[in-house]
Formats: sequence, structure tokens, C-alpha cells
Amino acid sequence: MIQGTWIIQRGGVGMVALLTALERTYAAIILVFVICVGVAMAVAGRGDLMAAHGWIVALFGMVVMAVLLRGIDAPEPWEERFREYYDDPTKVGIILALIWGVIGMFVGVWVAALLAWPDLTFDAAWASFGRLRPVHTSGVIFGFGGNALIATSFHVLQRTTRARLPDQLSPWFVLIGYNLFCVLAATGYLMGLTQSKEYAEPEWYADLWLVIVWVVYFLIYIRTLARRREPHIYVANWYYMAFILVVAILHIVNNLAVPVSIGHAKSYSLFSGVQDAMTQWWYGHNAVAFFLTAGFLGMLYYYLPKRAGRPIYSYRMSIISFWGITFMYMWAGSHHLHYTALPHWVQTLGMVFSLVLLVPSWASAGNALLTLNGAWHKVRDDAVLRFMMLAAIFYGIATFEGSFMAIRAVNSLSHYTDWTVGHVHAGALGWVAMITFGSLYALVPWMWKRPALYSARLVELHFWLALAGTVVYVFAMWNSGITQGLMWRTYDQNGTLAYSFIDTLVAMHPYYIARTVGGLLFLAGAVVAFYNIWMTISRPAPVDEGAAADLPVEPPAPRAWAQAGE
Amino acid sequence: MSFDHDTVTGFAKSFGLFYLIAMSIGVIVYAYWPANRKQFDHAAHSIISDDEDRPCP
Ligand code: HEM
Ligand code: HEM
Repeated sequence: MIQGTWIIQRGGVGMVALLTALERTYAAIILVFVICVGVAMAVAGRGDLMAAHGWIVALFGMVVMAVLLRGIDAPEPWEERFREYYDDPTKVGIILALIWGVIGMFVGVWVAALLAWPDLTFDAAWASFGRLRPVHTSGVIFGFGGNALIATSFHVLQRTTRARLPDQLSPWFVLIGYNLFCVLAATGYLMGLTQSKEYAEPEWYADLWLVIVWVVYFLIYIRTLARRREPHIYVANWYYMAFILVVAILHIVNNLAVPVSIGHAKSYSLFSGVQDAMTQWWYGHNAVAFFLTAGFLGMLYYYLPKRAGRPIYSYRMSIISFWGITFMYMWAGSHHLHYTALPHWVQTLGMVFSLVLLVPSWASAGNALLTLNGAWHKVRDDAVLRFMMLAAIFYGIATFEGSFMAIRAVNSLSHYTDWTVGHVHAGALGWVAMITFGSLYALVPWMWKRPALYSARLVELHFWLALAGTVVYVFAMWNSGITQGLMWRTYDQNGTLAYSFIDTLVAMHPYYIARTVGGLLFLAGAVVAFYNIWMTISRPAPVDEGAAADLPVEPPAPRAWAQAGE
Repeated sequence: MSFDHDTVTGFAKSFGLFYLIAMSIGVIVYAYWPANRKQFDHAAHSIISDDEDRPCP
């Protein structure tokens, strides 16, 4: 532990030292501004929950400021740095992703246990199901997934364009600012703050902040691409860019709202009734499509070929599926609103597009698996690559299932049941988490210049824990969901419902226990991953030849690399 | 022209269909255009080459 703190302190100073004096000054100005905004929120929001958030913002700003001040008078960095990629934000992003992953999945297990044993709330308001559930969903999707996407996107962007990030401040602004948003989200839910839109629960001020962060994120992408040294933009970047751009649009439109007053956390949506529902599920479904799918496909298209040492099976296919996915997902959102007040033709439209969507989805999954065809011995020996293969398989399963559930008649059985939750986690555990863990395992030794991970056997262990956890979870929910759906629609001879609601709960109880056990396995795997990666990082860097290959060969001579590529 | 339900529906059912068809054709032509083949192959192979891990000067 002492060693760990030491690494964090050294790492913090080292990372600040790489910023130029001007960048450090700008960083300090931004942080002062953030702290002031926090205090202003605390004052304006007296007597409202917003005040608590104000203090959290101010405190957050001060902690980051403290890190900055420790290294503020370090000497100017060498111009040599322009000869290397800028990876510090990626490193911190990887660690943040893992921390959020463990927290988010822990809360997931807790929420799962709450459904099996409702007394686990201990009579505390913050521990009720309704408050913990969004902590789980935001924790895993935004905290774990989002940080992993930001970290890997900076890595992939630089490697595929062969250009360094345009400056060293904006990536930090994006990463740290994004985590402030995540903290506001999670703490808000625990206090009972929510605007009641699934996956868009945070209130207006957090939403506004995320808009700023996200615009800077997109600008980093555009600015780096403008400096690229490869003529063609590699397909993974297209997926990452679609993720950033579309999430910005979705986020802005769905969160259009008017706050009660400037000192009040509560706001009212600009939409109402069925328009509100359609906007929300246009958002919700495309959040699945562009946050949980497009971004992670970007990961898949880079790390899988890289790890396997084989180019993607069909580059053309990857382009065609990219445009298919981006343009068709946009129209599928209404499948979340079958049998509602939404006009019938809009439901049908969503259903048809969901079915067609299977084509580009399977094209991507197939492309990934065909890339591995001929390298199965590597998949057998390398658990990291196996994570990625499994992710592609689960991506295929989840999209097939999704297209099936989008058919109105099928949805009449699945909607409102645990089948949906099973589908979600086939995608979330099997696809999103597996591709993330696979990519991070591949990335960590490259980033910290280590010859390999601390322990390949722990990766193997994690693989089997993750697979077992996912299978148990998904099968439990399929069983539970279909049982539930059938019980709800069973009538007796008199034409009345055969089962009361409580009967269905009793029938689901064993599955809920099974799901908790599956989740526990999956969580254990995530903890193993955290430990393994932490040990990889904290082990001293090796001195042997092979690993040092991509370090500068001779000691860097202070030469004017005069703003190379600026 | 009034901006009512029927107008929006009509627009979606006509324009929506045609632009998606046009886009699909555009994408397929781009992907299969013979002259693009070289840069696609280059892009696919370049990420897996390990020669050096640094930006172009
Ligand atoms: C340790 C593993 C996990 C466990 C035990 C777990 C458990 C749960 C539980 C109990 C729910 C509430 C279901 C309900 O309301 O009936 C839920 C919802 C959800 N979880 Fe997880 N989860 C886990 C991992 C993940 C991961 C890694 C992700 C995403 C990457 C994820 C995404 C979601 C989403 C999106 C929902 C909302 C589903 C909906 O509204 O239909 N979960 N999870
Ligand atoms: C072709 C691809 C897909 C289609 C057509 C599709 C379709 C569907 C359908 C029909 C539902 C149920 C809606 C309802 O009855 O309320 C649903 C829910 C969901 N799907 Fe998918 N799905 C696809 C892929 C995925 C993937 C890859 C993920 C990744 C994690 C995912 C995550 C979710 C989530 C989180 C929900 C729950 C939303 C909620 O109610 O909170 N889907 N999807």
C-alpha cells in the first residue's frame, strides 16, 4: 500500500512535470474557475440538494489543484517529448476505468441481491433500490465504459494517425472533467437527485458541464486528425468519432430542460407525453448504439487485429458495416415503445430497422471472428485474445436477440420482463466488458513498457470467472423473464388471470439468487483484473532488451524539435 | 405547408427511403472502388506493424 501511494505521488508529479509552464497556468486558471463555480452553486443552492453538489465540485477542484501544485515548479519539459506519443491521460484513464468498474459492478451485485432479499436496504434512503440502481448503470456504463473509451481512443487515435495529440491540456480536461460528471451523477442519485430519464438521470448543471467536456473531446479528435501523417483514416477512428459526435447530439437534445430556478437542482423537460417518451428512447437506444456499441467496435477493430497480429479480415466490410450501423440505429429506438401511444407506423419503422440492423451487426461480429480464423492456436494460448473473441461472439448473440425482441409480437412477451435485463447483460457483460478487459490487458504492458502482464494465469482465471458469471447471469434472466412473461399472460377457464403478481415474484426468486451468484463471479473477475494490472504497473520496469524496444535508443539530446508537427 | 403529423409522415416515408438507398449505394461504391483498394490494404496492415511506436516527425 505504501508502495502504491508512492507510485501515485511520483506519477502525479511526473505527469504535471510534462506539462509546459503555460499549460500548467491554464490548468490552474480552469481549476480556480471550477472551484468558484462550485462555491457559487453551494451559495445559490442553499437549502437545496444543489448546495451539496456545489461543495463536491469545489472539493473535486481542490483535490486536482493539490496534485497540480505539487509539480507546478518542475522544470519545463524537454522538447524531446514531441518525439513520443502523449500517453499519460490514457494511463490514468485505464486506472479510473478499472476503479469505476469494480465500484459499478459491486453496486450491481448489491442491486441484484436487493431484488432477491429486499431487506438489504437497512432502512436507509440512499440504499434503496431506486437510488442504487442508477449508481450501478451509470457506474458501469459511464464510469467503467466511458473511461475505457476515452483512454483507448486517445491511444488508438495517435497510433493510427501517427500524430501526437495536439496539446497536453485538453486531454486532461476531458478525462478529469468527465470524471467530475460521473461523480456528480453517482452522488446525486444517492441523495435522490434524478431527472428520471434512464441513462440520462443527472440534472441540468451536470448535463451542461458534460456538453463542454464533450465538445473539447470532439475537438481533440478533429485537431489530431488534421495533423495526421497517414492519408487514410483507419476505420476504428470512424467508430470512435461516431460515438463522440452522436453522443453529443443525443445528450443535448434529450436533456433540453428548464430548471426551476438557477439555484435549484430540479428541472422540467422541454418535451412531454409521447414526444418525451420518443425522445427519451431515441436517446436511450442510441446510447446503446453509440456508447455501448460504436465506441467498443472502435476498440475491437484496433486491438483485436493488433493482438492477433493479423489485419482485419475484410476492411471493406468494416466500412460498409460502419455506415450501416450508424445510419440504421438512428431509426430503431421506437422498438422500446411497442404497444404504447406512439403511432403504429413509427413502431413498425423501429421494428423493421431493428431487423435490418442485424446485417451490419453480424458483419462486424463475423469480420472479427474471421480475422481470428487461422490463428486459433493463439486464441487457445492467449486469454487476452480469447476475451476479444468471446466479446465478438456475445456481440453476435446480443444483436441477434435484440433484433428478435424488436419484433412486436415477441416484444409483447419480453417487454417489462427480466428477458430484457438478460439481453442487456448479454451485451453488457459478454460484449462491452469482455472487449474492454481484453483491450486493457493488451494495452497495459504497452503503456507502461512492461514485457508482459504480471500474471498470465490470473488473466486465465479472470477469463473463466467472467465467462461463468455471464452465462449464469444471462441464463437466469432468460428463464426468469420467459417464466414471468408467460405467467402474466396465462388465463384460466373464466378468462381471468391465472397468477397474481406475487406468484410471479415467488417464481422468480431462485433466478434472482442465481443472478446474484453470477454477478459475484463476474465481480470477482474484475477484482482479479484490477489486482493483476496494478501489480503490472507497480513492478519495477525491466531492463532487458526486448521490452525497451520502443524506448528512445540513445539518451535524448536536448535538440530543438521545434513544435514538431504543430 | 402545415407542419402536422401527415406532413412529417409523408416526408419520412418518401425522402427517408430515398436518402437511405442513395447512401447505401454510395457506401458500396466507395468500398468497392478499385482505386481505393490500395489505401484500404495499407490501412489494414499498417496498424499491426510494430516497427516503431512514435509519431512521425
Ligand atoms: C457484476 C456484474 C453485474 C451485475 C450483478 C448487474 C446487476 C444488475 C441488476 C440487478 C440490474 C437491475 C435489473 C432490474 O432492474 O431488474 C442491472 C441493470 C443494468 N445493468 Fe447491470 N449488472 C452487472 C454488470 C453490468 C455491466 C458491466 C453493465 C454495462 C456495461 C451493466 C449494465 C446495466 C444496464 C444498462 C442496466 C439497466 C437495464 C434495463 O434498464 O433494462 N451491468 N444490472
Ligand atoms: C441489432 C442490435 C440490437 C437490437 C435490435 C436491440 C434491440 C433491443 C430491444 C427490442 C430491447 C427491448 C426493448 C423493450 O422491450 O423495452 C432492447 C433493450 C436493451 N438493449 Fe438491445 N438490441 C441490440 C443490441 C444491443 C447491444 C449490443 C447492447 C449492448 C449492451 C444492448 C443493450 C440494451 C439495453 C441496455 C436495453 C435496455 C433498455 C432499457 O429498457 O433500459 N442492445 N434492445
